[in-house]
Amino acid sequence: MRTKKWYDYLWIWSIIYFAMGFFNILFAWLGMIDFLLPLLIAVFGKSKWFCNHLCGRGQLFALLGGKLKLSRNKPTPKWMVSKWFRYSFLLFFMTMFGNMVFQTWLVASGTAGLREAIKLLWTIRVPWGWTYTAGAVSPWIAQFSFGFYGLMLTSLIIGLAVMLLYKPRSWCTFCPMGTMTQGICRLENRRDNIERAQS
Amino acid sequence: MAKRNASVIKEICVACGACENVCPREAVTVWKGCYTKINLEKCIGCGICANICPANAVIMQKKEAAL
Repeated sequence: MRTKKWYDYLWIWSIIYFAMGFFNILFAWLGMIDFLLPLLIAVFGKSKWFCNHLCGRGQLFALLGGKLKLSRNKPTPKWMVSKWFRYSFLLFFMTMFGNMVFQTWLVASGTAGLREAIKLLWTIRVPWGWTYTAGAVSPWIAQFSFGFYGLMLTSLIIGLAVMLLYKPRSWCTFCPMGTMTQGICRLENRRDNIERAQS
Repeated sequence: MAKRNASVIKEICVACGACENVCPREAVTVWKGCYTKINLEKCIGCGICANICPANAVIMQKKEAAL
């Protein structure tokens, strides 16, 4: 096994991120790193180096499900790995992300008021007001924080559920970021891929 | 010499790198974010990668079949 590097401990960052959201919701913005960095690495680095080495969430699932044996370690269902499910989930996730951005825009334009709550699994509204002092920042900045943290927590819950039921990193099979970055890499490397297949 | 080795079904591999991280011989690499590659000369056929793969894309097979 290869020697441990600094980035093998990024699962700690994942825990810190979710813990910080319990105290100050504005820290949710830091999650944008996990959103933008995989795309930047895929577009400019033509690889999934983020998924392979920097994803704290994947590491956390591997740790909980693998080392701590919290996973049943059963095969992930075939439909969950299928292309149609992966791309459907990506579409659904991005629609929900778009909806969250729209809500932020409504607050920024003064059409809607700030909702100090997060939505879990896109349906359950959970009051989260203690993490924000009214007037600390512009309402739209806070609205995006609540929305984005809800989205991050939702994906963590789904990831933990499939980790318990199937393999530790079953979430990775339909993770929207993973689907997007693999799609980008396949497009970028299609010529090399064809040459490899022919040789 | 190992009697079996890991093999990857490229079409269903999600290139997450879970297999790369657990391989004791560094025989597994993710090829340009597309799919996993196995170095057959390094692979000892332990099956750890096949066990960890969340996409069921790594399978174990008899060495002769892959050569």
